[in-house]
Amino acid sequence: MSWLGPEAWSAVLLSLKVAFWASLCSLPVAVFVAYALARWRFAGKSVLNGLVHLPLILPPVVTGYLLLLGFGTQGPIGGPLKEIGIVFAFRWTGAALAAAVMAFPLMVRAIRLSIEAVDPKLEEAAATLGASRLRGFATITLPLILPGMLAGLILAFAKAMGEFGATITFVSNIPGKTQTLPSAVYAFLQVPGGEAAATRLVLVSIAISMLALLLSEMLSRRIADWVAGR
Amino acid sequence: MSLQVDLHHRMGDFTLETRFEAPSGITVLFGHSGSGKTSVIQAVAGLLRPDEGRIAVAGQVLLDTQAGVFVPPHRRRTGYIFQEGRLFPHLSVRQNLLYGRWMQGRWRQDRPSQDRPANTALFDHVVEMLGIASLLGRRPSLLSGGEKQRVAIGRALLCEPQILLADEPLAALDEARKQEILPYFERLRSEAAIPILYVCHSAAEAARLANHVVALKQGRIIGQGAAGAFFSDAALAANLSPMEAGAIISGVVAQRHPDGLAEVASSAGRFLIPDNAIAPGSAIRLRIEAQDVMLALHRPEAISALNVLEAVVVSVQPGRGPGMLVTLRAGQEQILARITKRSGAALDLKAGDACYAVIKSVSVAPAAIGRSVLR
Repeated sequence: MSWLGPEAWSAVLLSLKVAFWASLCSLPVAVFVAYALARWRFAGKSVLNGLVHLPLILPPVVTGYLLLLGFGTQGPIGGPLKEIGIVFAFRWTGAALAAAVMAFPLMVRAIRLSIEAVDPKLEEAAATLGASRLRGFATITLPLILPGMLAGLILAFAKAMGEFGATITFVSNIPGKTQTLPSAVYAFLQVPGGEAAATRLVLVSIAISMLALLLSEMLSRRIADWVAGR
Repeated sequence: MSLQVDLHHRMGDFTLETRFEAPSGITVLFGHSGSGKTSVIQAVAGLLRPDEGRIAVAGQVLLDTQAGVFVPPHRRRTGYIFQEGRLFPHLSVRQNLLYGRWMQGRWRQDRPSQDRPANTALFDHVVEMLGIASLLGRRPSLLSGGEKQRVAIGRALLCEPQILLADEPLAALDEARKQEILPYFERLRSEAAIPILYVCHSAAEAARLANHVVALKQGRIIGQGAAGAFFSDAALAANLSPMEAGAIISGVVAQRHPDGLAEVASSAGRFLIPDNAIAPGSAIRLRIEAQDVMLALHRPEAISALNVLEAVVVSVQPGRGPGMLVTLRAGQEQILARITKRSGAALDLKAGDACYAVIKSVSVAPAAIGRSVLR
């Protein structure tokens, strides 16, 4: 991509990779947490709810710093993980983790809303027909919340594409390694004469966002039609 | 096969305390809303975990709090028909019907193999009996209320339950749809060899379907027995709700008249009711509401009411308000009459008196007339 330049192009590819893995890996966790928040009554529910929403309220830089403390190679989680060969700090995986954490509350909210819209009595009916709780969930609730899961995925993907503060704090801004699209735009704007490259990246960013939005609209309409039997 | 239930459960300041046995056939759990009927069948299905109790179906213990037994709902093999149908909206009618067989792994037996063809006998039978063959490809959102409920019945039957639980399956339907579904339950009553626990608050529905009735009030059983004896028990009727009292009479359709009336032969004598398209020779049961029965000391003449039955007063039960319930015997049948205390005093009715029960044919609703395998 000579039009963009190799540095900018690798930032676009990295952002797509980071957003893809961040939203995909957090999906099962988000479904579980959303289901627990929507359906179960347990001690510490409000604490869990607060924890999930914390990244939405905290300044992103603070979240990034907390991730660095926790998941850095010296951190209480990052240290043991390093022993088994998993490193987050200053790697693209760290960018994905930061994006996932930042996008998580949005994803959980979307999925929780769709779970709350499904009649819990349907799972009771499934149980009387011989379905264990897990199979009842997998065959009844899960298909019915597919539109909500898709909405959550798209929201998380969009958030992950645009994540800047936590990412730059946690994994820095290393071109070709951890430099995502927003950090590349930021970097271009820091050097004289970088405006043209930044503008091109902005155009790419707009194009990707529009495409994702259109795709999700189409998919969600299809899934909603299928669920409603149209 | 029978069902044994012994429950003790507290919910806030409501206490459920029930102990009964349901043989095969329809046992109606009868009572007003809030009497604990639904809690009982939820406990049988395992959807409610009672504080204490024991539940067994056909000798298999589903719950025994003393022995620490709690079979989870999906292993109980109860066919549950919910008030609102609760069909799965994203599955077709066929998939809804087969869901239970799929979950229980029965679809493996149903599949065709080298040595036998596909096992569709039960599926075909149920679909034919409920008249839902034309609906199989549809989604529940495109079904009418009555159709949904028929599919819900089929779905429960197809998992080959040990017991069928019906939680006010007709309550959400209008009168015409109720008439559409009732005959299926009558058919189940005579065909199914399993106990059917049927929750309802309508005396007419209970009288039409029940072999056996368990009456609940504020979580406690206030009376139980065979349907015929239950509904002609004036003391019980007064306790439940005298306005709804009405005894069951059984007979045989003798003749269908061209003017829309059917003649019924019973031990109480011949009488005329609206024709409900039941063939002559069929055994029927019908419910005569106590408030539709007039009493006379002499045989009335030149009167529009078509049915005048000779009867003897068995007992007189004064109510709390201005009314009283009079139990009559006509032939082998018991009839309840609800009259004012003033009329009772004017006629000076007491046990052993002969009198005439006057019943207007039109006061017997077609809904109150059903096929019977009573007693």
